[in-house]
Amino acid sequence: MRSMLKTSVAALATAAVMATGAFAAGHAEPLTGDLRINLDTSNPAPRATMEAMIARFQAKHPDLNITTTVIDREAYKTQIRNFLSADAPDVLTWYAANRMRPYVEAGLLEDVSDMWAEGTDIAQELASTKGAMTIDGKQWGVPYTYYQWGIYYRKDIYEELGLKEPANFDEMVANCEAMIASGRKCYTIGTKWLWTASGWFDYLNMRTHGFDFHMQMARGEIAWTDDRVRQTFANWRRLVDLGAFVDDHQNKDWQQSLPFLVDGSAGAILKGNFAVAPLREAGLTDDQLDFHQFPSITEGVALAEDAPTDTFHIAAGAQNKKAARAFLAHMASAEEQSIINNGENLGQLPVNANASIDDDKFLKEGFAMLSSNSPGGVAQFFDRDFPAEMAKAAMEGMQEFMVFPDNLDDILERLESVRQDTY
Amino acid sequence: MATTTTNTTALASQSWYKRNEIAVTPWLFLIPGIAMFALYVIIPIFQSFYLSLFEWDGLGSLAKNGEYVGLEHYERLFTKDRAFNISLWNNLKWLVFYLLAIPGGLMVALFLNQKVFGIRLYKSLFFFPFVISQIVVGLVFTWFYDPQFGLSNWLIGLVGLPPINILGNPNTATYGIIAAGLWPQTAYCMILYLTGLNAVDPEQVEAARLDGAKGHKMLWYIIIPQLKPATFIAFVVTIIGALRSFDLISIMTNGGPFGSTRVLSFYMFEKSLSEYGFKMGYGAAIAVVLFLIMLVFIAYFLWSMYQDEKAAKH
Amino acid sequence: MFPTPIEKSSRQWQIGYQVLLPIVMLLWLAPLLAVALFSIRPDVDFTVGNYWGLPSSFEMLANYGQVFNSAMPKYILNSFIITVPTVIGAVALSCMTGFALGVYRFKGNLLIFFMFIAGNFIPFQILMVPVRDLTLDMGLYNTKTGLILFHVAFQTGFCTLFMRNFIRALPFELIEAARVEGIAEWRIFWYIVLPLMKPAIAALSVLIFTFIWNDYFWAIVLTTGENAQPVTAGITSFNAQFRAMYHLMSAGSIIAALPPVAMFFLMQKHFIAGLTLGAVK
Repeated sequence: MRSMLKTSVAALATAAVMATGAFAAGHAEPLTGDLRINLDTSNPAPRATMEAMIARFQAKHPDLNITTTVIDREAYKTQIRNFLSADAPDVLTWYAANRMRPYVEAGLLEDVSDMWAEGTDIAQELASTKGAMTIDGKQWGVPYTYYQWGIYYRKDIYEELGLKEPANFDEMVANCEAMIASGRKCYTIGTKWLWTASGWFDYLNMRTHGFDFHMQMARGEIAWTDDRVRQTFANWRRLVDLGAFVDDHQNKDWQQSLPFLVDGSAGAILKGNFAVAPLREAGLTDDQLDFHQFPSITEGVALAEDAPTDTFHIAAGAQNKKAARAFLAHMASAEEQSIINNGENLGQLPVNANASIDDDKFLKEGFAMLSSNSPGGVAQFFDRDFPAEMAKAAMEGMQEFMVFPDNLDDILERLESVRQDTY
Repeated sequence: MATTTTNTTALASQSWYKRNEIAVTPWLFLIPGIAMFALYVIIPIFQSFYLSLFEWDGLGSLAKNGEYVGLEHYERLFTKDRAFNISLWNNLKWLVFYLLAIPGGLMVALFLNQKVFGIRLYKSLFFFPFVISQIVVGLVFTWFYDPQFGLSNWLIGLVGLPPINILGNPNTATYGIIAAGLWPQTAYCMILYLTGLNAVDPEQVEAARLDGAKGHKMLWYIIIPQLKPATFIAFVVTIIGALRSFDLISIMTNGGPFGSTRVLSFYMFEKSLSEYGFKMGYGAAIAVVLFLIMLVFIAYFLWSMYQDEKAAKH
Repeated sequence: MFPTPIEKSSRQWQIGYQVLLPIVMLLWLAPLLAVALFSIRPDVDFTVGNYWGLPSSFEMLANYGQVFNSAMPKYILNSFIITVPTVIGAVALSCMTGFALGVYRFKGNLLIFFMFIAGNFIPFQILMVPVRDLTLDMGLYNTKTGLILFHVAFQTGFCTLFMRNFIRALPFELIEAARVEGIAEWRIFWYIVLPLMKPAIAALSVLIFTFIWNDYFWAIVLTTGENAQPVTAGITSFNAQFRAMYHLMSAGSIIAALPPVAMFFLMQKHFIAGLTLGAVK
């Protein structure tokens, strides 16, 4: 009882903090002690963004001794389990949905349901992502950013060939045929690290059978050998058989696949909004590069999107949970989310509904798409929605399928046996 | 040793240590080494056995979060897990083809075993790949094989053949990686043989020459038998190297394309510690299998060393 | 001498051999030379596909300068901080174990010796999970100390094999003579055996330096991030940062490979002596 009382008091305090907008030192007792933050935002721009955001928090709480550790983004994915169990920081970055499940189930992340309680600002302003943060009816973190996925294409090449943004899959295939006829590839992709291929699966599956079916699969309720899954792959195969994808994608990473789009030897890429920055950097102007939503495949299936959400969590072993909660509240505020997500910083979408979206054509289009043209639902991403072991095996199978589509039966049977073991 | 018993007269007045000095000293000298080695090598081997009987995600403690599953992991490895089969086969390929480093090294050594101007520098430069880390070797060969700009395809193009994507094709990728591994390994074997050739008994060679032995006959009947110690060491280090292959795979293909280049050591890492791997117990079971394979070789190595020891005593 | 010395063969073959040598060597080192060539190219060469022609400009200073402006110097420093104590630790421990196993006859001598050898032969990846847990439990995860301790322990196996065999080959009469003089055992070790082991110590040090410097597996299992990781692991982060910028990745790789290469060329004699111990009877 006591602890419950304590948490609700803490929740009230946090709520009060949120309501006043800014946390002035006079409102509550000032935060003291150490606050250790682990970040996976290792690329230069995100790193600077996070450090600036932390500095603003520090300015509000001068007595707090904040230490920040930035770990290489790829290395972080394997290190998180070590530092969470051996040397827990107070606050850490991670991803939503199934990607956080192992740590939640091992009791390594702090339950922050109090911050999401009815009436708090977070509950109101971040409502859209509450589902992705919920496991077993509790919330385990607070998101700071998300971004749309979709097709980024070379507008100038489309215009040159007289192509339009496709409204359905047949048009998409027809566009692709025209693109190939002009001596180009339709889509560039690098599948060395596998996850890029699963982006295609997400969209093809959600467009063929809808969001709910996709999520049933993620929960392991559908056999991989199911005819509906085969139908998704049959649609994919239409593109593979055309030769829509660049050659040798199996040993390129996604960055290595970008030059094909830049030099015009491929017309488009299915990717998250994070691809825009390197493409611009490589010299593509906003007149050359444009975005469109992945077109409908099965008529009547509500459009659903991938929009991965990146998050902050409190470690269960945190030493300064009070300061950690205050930090999460700081980071979740509309004001902070507007700053960290703007074009000079992350260049992504803020989760807070009251935050302002940067005046960038891709961000505006993505936001419009996600808020008004994604009635089916919003998925996180294949390897965040599916459990780790299933995701790994399935992504490998998808890569194989893209190179050897004839192996499909074998692949699906293999995945089915993994599914039976995993769930 | 016999010396201990010589001055027994002073025994009584000596301390216990003094009296037992010869018996105790070796243990004092051994303790730090044995302690470290036991802590980090011997005990973990047995821990791997133990761990392989549990289902454990590596989060929290084994006692609390682990679930005893008996031999289930092994059953699954051998009946259901295709990735394990592929890894096992690839290990076999590594064992067989990596041994090419031995004849390769011998050939290079024979080629270089001359006394011409600058030969020392040539020998060093040939040996050079062995000194570079496998990570760099892996990077170098990844670019060497690159279908777009790789030197290998440029060379193939000179002969008029179409470019191939060695690391992108599941049928060739493992061989591509082994070839990269052979580069430093051949250099290693070469240096072993160069040293061995130095020690070949010149009188025997001259005698054989007088008997009319030449070329490959001389090599086969006179030289190679004398190179036996070098060959043994080359064999040992090559087998160990083949079973330890990890760095090159990790750097060059990361196990891909679609898992076709995995070997046991890599698969084990993937299952227990990589981005999507949370199966510590399963990884440990793979470790045990790899250990048992190696045990066959270790037993053979130790047996031959034991024979040598016995021979040395007589 | 085999094969037949070149000076005893025909004039043509002598010349042919001299011509062949550099050609074969260039082919042998071709993959490496390609990377060296990449490392002095400007990035524009890669965008226009000029991979094998002459570089359009020589950017050696700029490329290598950029490597030194990244986290690479830190990784290289880490590598030294990890490698040097490991060499000292492993060589010190194995001088002792080698002395004990090489000089004394006692029950279990051979058994212990074979335990070291067997441990040294195992594919060390199988130790991964327990060693990681041990390091976590000791609070040494992601520290250079954690990595050093493991390396010292594991290398002790190989070093013991080496040292013991070396000591066995020393003249045993020296030790017996000292014992007759009544010299304490530890003094025999310190004043008689150790000085004789200098060549073995030199050979092992160079060898272990290279082994540890080139370790990648344990670096990624036991450490993370630029505070503790050595250059082999650092190079992958470096490459992630400069993805697809082959001129920088090449320069980075060359820098990472340099210290053991320098060590090899400076200490070649010891290095080869270390490697080939046992190759001759």
